[in-house]
Amino acid sequence: MQKVYNEIIQIAGDVITVEAEDVAYRELAQIRTAQGTSLAQVIRMDGAKVSLQVLAGSRGISTNDRVMFLKRPMQVSISDDLLGRVFDGSGQPRDNGPVLQERMTEIGGPSVNPAKRVIPRKMVRTGIPMIDVFNTLVESQKLPIFSIAGEPYNPLLARIAMQAEVDMIILGGMGLKYDDYLFFKDTFEEHGALSRSVLFIHTASDPTVECLLVPDMCLAVAEQFALQGKRVLVLLTDMTNFADAMKEIAITMEQIPSNRGYPGDLYSQLAARYEKAVDFDGAGSITVLAVTTMPGDDVTHPVPDNTGYITEGQFYLKGGHIEPFGSLSRLKQQVNGDTRPDHRAIMDRMIQLFADYRSTLEKKALGFQMSAWDEKLLKYGKRFEEELMSLSVNIPLEEALDLGWRILSDIFDPEETGIKDALVKKYWKK
Amino acid sequence: MSDKREGSVIGINGNMVAVRFEDRVMQNEVAYIQRGEESLKAEVIRVRGKRADLQVFEDTSGVKVNDRVEFSGELLSVELGPGLLTQVFDGLQNPLPELAQQHGFFLKRGVYLPALDLQAQWEFTPKSKRGDKVRSGDKLGSVPEGIFEHWIMVPFRFQNEILEVVEVAQKGKYKIRDVIAKVKDTAGKVHEVTMYQTWPVKVPITAYAQKLKPVDPMVTKIRIIDTLVPVALGGTFCTPGPFGAGKTVLQHLLSRHAEVDIVVIAACGERAGEVVEVLREFPKLHDPRTGKTLMERTIIICNTSSMPVAARESSVYTAVTLAEYYRQMGLNVLLLADSTSRWAQAMREMSGRLEEIPGEEAFPAYLESRIASFYERAGLVQLRNGETGSITIGGSVSPAGGNFEEPVTQGTLKVVGAFHGLSRARSDARRYPAIDPLDSWSKYSSFIDAGKIQKAVSILRKGSNIGQMMKVVGEEGTSMDDFVVYLKAEFFDSVYLQQNAFDKVDEYTPKERQVYVFDRLVQVLEAPFNFKHKDEARRSFQDLRQRFINWNSAEFESGDFKQMEKGIFEKIGH
Repeated sequence: MQKVYNEIIQIAGDVITVEAEDVAYRELAQIRTAQGTSLAQVIRMDGAKVSLQVLAGSRGISTNDRVMFLKRPMQVSISDDLLGRVFDGSGQPRDNGPVLQERMTEIGGPSVNPAKRVIPRKMVRTGIPMIDVFNTLVESQKLPIFSIAGEPYNPLLARIAMQAEVDMIILGGMGLKYDDYLFFKDTFEEHGALSRSVLFIHTASDPTVECLLVPDMCLAVAEQFALQGKRVLVLLTDMTNFADAMKEIAITMEQIPSNRGYPGDLYSQLAARYEKAVDFDGAGSITVLAVTTMPGDDVTHPVPDNTGYITEGQFYLKGGHIEPFGSLSRLKQQVNGDTRPDHRAIMDRMIQLFADYRSTLEKKALGFQMSAWDEKLLKYGKRFEEELMSLSVNIPLEEALDLGWRILSDIFDPEETGIKDALVKKYWKK
Repeated sequence: MSDKREGSVIGINGNMVAVRFEDRVMQNEVAYIQRGEESLKAEVIRVRGKRADLQVFEDTSGVKVNDRVEFSGELLSVELGPGLLTQVFDGLQNPLPELAQQHGFFLKRGVYLPALDLQAQWEFTPKSKRGDKVRSGDKLGSVPEGIFEHWIMVPFRFQNEILEVVEVAQKGKYKIRDVIAKVKDTAGKVHEVTMYQTWPVKVPITAYAQKLKPVDPMVTKIRIIDTLVPVALGGTFCTPGPFGAGKTVLQHLLSRHAEVDIVVIAACGERAGEVVEVLREFPKLHDPRTGKTLMERTIIICNTSSMPVAARESSVYTAVTLAEYYRQMGLNVLLLADSTSRWAQAMREMSGRLEEIPGEEAFPAYLESRIASFYERAGLVQLRNGETGSITIGGSVSPAGGNFEEPVTQGTLKVVGAFHGLSRARSDARRYPAIDPLDSWSKYSSFIDAGKIQKAVSILRKGSNIGQMMKVVGEEGTSMDDFVVYLKAEFFDSVYLQQNAFDKVDEYTPKERQVYVFDRLVQVLEAPFNFKHKDEARRSFQDLRQRFINWNSAEFESGDFKQMEKGIFEKIGH
């Protein structure tokens, strides 16, 4: 028989405290209030006092509401029935489908033994030159899109997902605007991708705490399918909301904040999620693309800052395009040596020249005389922005490389580019 | 000696567990929390009354109040003996490949395996005889371990006590737990010595005669380091930089090319993927110095960011203890810790859970002293037999927001001998390695002539100032002389300080080549140039740069090398 406790001794923020026995750390409980039932998770134990974070929030909880411990941690069902379904942040169906009970699996499991990982070697083609040429996305990479509010980060996420050749897509929405949720759903449907997708959606109007479990749910599902040999792409938007929910709980628990109110373990918490990206030795893979919005376009804000140290690069979305500076794919070297011999040279030199173009722009803005070299750079920068950088461009890698040579050849002499003679001989467009 | 005591869990907060005990506990002793079948390793970090706070090296999900806790009476220790090289351990010295074999894809909690292979046979050769007077760290015998002679030493726990060898095993094959010698202490008690010993990780091994001043440069084959900000064997250096500036790539290059005997890599709280690269590639990479693979000289301690935080804190100590062990054999060891910020953060997380009064950015007040005592474990030492050994420690630092004013960077700069500051501006401009040549410093000296370095650096500094000035007054407001200095500085930067890690030849530059090329480079920097127009000057230097970069890719002293060299110096009229 399950014991029911009906004396809540403390309610602070979204955390309640009860006195209970034989409770396990991280165990789930169910709280029945006048408003309905909610799940809660044990986050601290001190003697008989057990503190729980209430997923639906503490509003309307009365001190004599019933708390029942479920004798299990948070779980998610793993089966093919998940495909095409939409769930909320606590794993309940958001569509009209049935509740799934099959093969319940714990979320937030242990990390992968590094000895069972392999070096990722497969390029993910996106058709976006700023990614394919300059910051190649690699299967099993974990990569956030750093962006300020208002940038088209969700469309970019959806576009990459639709073009990538993967077996399965899992979308985790945290604090997602309802419109954006519908946008994703429609896009998936349009491209016939919904039947190989699973959606865990927490919208902006849902209780904040409920988004805390979204990444773990998505990644637990991804992990189980990857173990079956599937190549899984996980989309998480927006991780800043996830971090903010953690901050809320931490402050309620009177933890000493480390930086702008965020808890000291922000790095470890984010890493525990992102590090689920993996290429298994002898099974499938998980690629994680996430959105991190930067309050005030400030990359040193604790969330993007900690994220940057964890992820394998970042795409920096600014002014409607992927900014060449600040964007980085750390895994590109694993694949861009095998694409085409000129890939790396084009990647390096075009960016260096683009940096020179930017400083020429500054000089120009200050009203300095433009040298012949400056004029060339100005011409180059303009073409680079229009023909390669614009997000409307959708061409395969090889075409993009050829286009790069075309631009260089039209404007510069070979020795001005600093590219090795052997490559110039082969690719220069006379 | 059975010193096992018990207690029970009274509180849980993340990876910190409070335990009530009856008898007594020891600070920093290892304890095990019994949860059903599982036994979770933990360390005592604070005692108040009858309540001990433990940091648990595992995920604490499922632990209950009143769970039983066993105190072991031992400090957190590692096993030292033959077979450490080529291994991949987690922060607590669990061998990861064996764990994978037994438990598959995931790191099952509560599983602890012996660090060393108990069944392996080692060919022991005695190097001491009955009646010898010995002290801790003295050689009793040796076994071959790959390319090295692995000393079997008098256990370090005897410290400075003079012992007498009573018995040494004959030449032959033994397992690490076999007794290979017996020694008698001053009180007449006889102790058995095996081929392995344990040592607490947080205590330095000091079984040597004296510590010496590090002088000889450690050749890294990375030009900007060897020439401008060199590191001495036995010295310390740090590499702070914002994310994406290339800290890890730089550490990987060092681990491949540095001229040392043994490399210990401590991947501390960083990405698993980066460790995997080392793990998978080192066994295939050829080490030109030894003719074997790089893995034969490498130990990896890997406690990546998603692995338990408390084990991350101990991983750097595990790494430095293993380094100290090999230093005792007269070897030069390089310890690379990536990243010390994650280690500091692990301390911060723990400190927060202990509700200690926070220092700057919530780091604990003892942060600086912990950093200092870690780096102090580096050093060049003279062993008791007169040979020398060294540990060079290089730590990367990941400052929040790339701001070097934060506590970990500042605490580190106080104690290291060289500072390799990575700059965002340089990495954005794809100038690798992104070490800032003007802000970085070193207290050690280079193998290149100091006078020549002086000349090159002064041009670099002047060129940088002129570059700044030019942003204000424009090219037209800059004199031709200044403009040429600016171009020379840029030239020096792009053909010498920058190095292409993806070019087979340019990836590493051996000492002889560096000395030779630097000499030639200084000739270019000192050569007079006469240009009529700035565009002409720019073109000329672009061409020179191109030739030099091609030259960098040519095998040293090959036909191509000499021909390209001739081309360059004909052009500038030498």
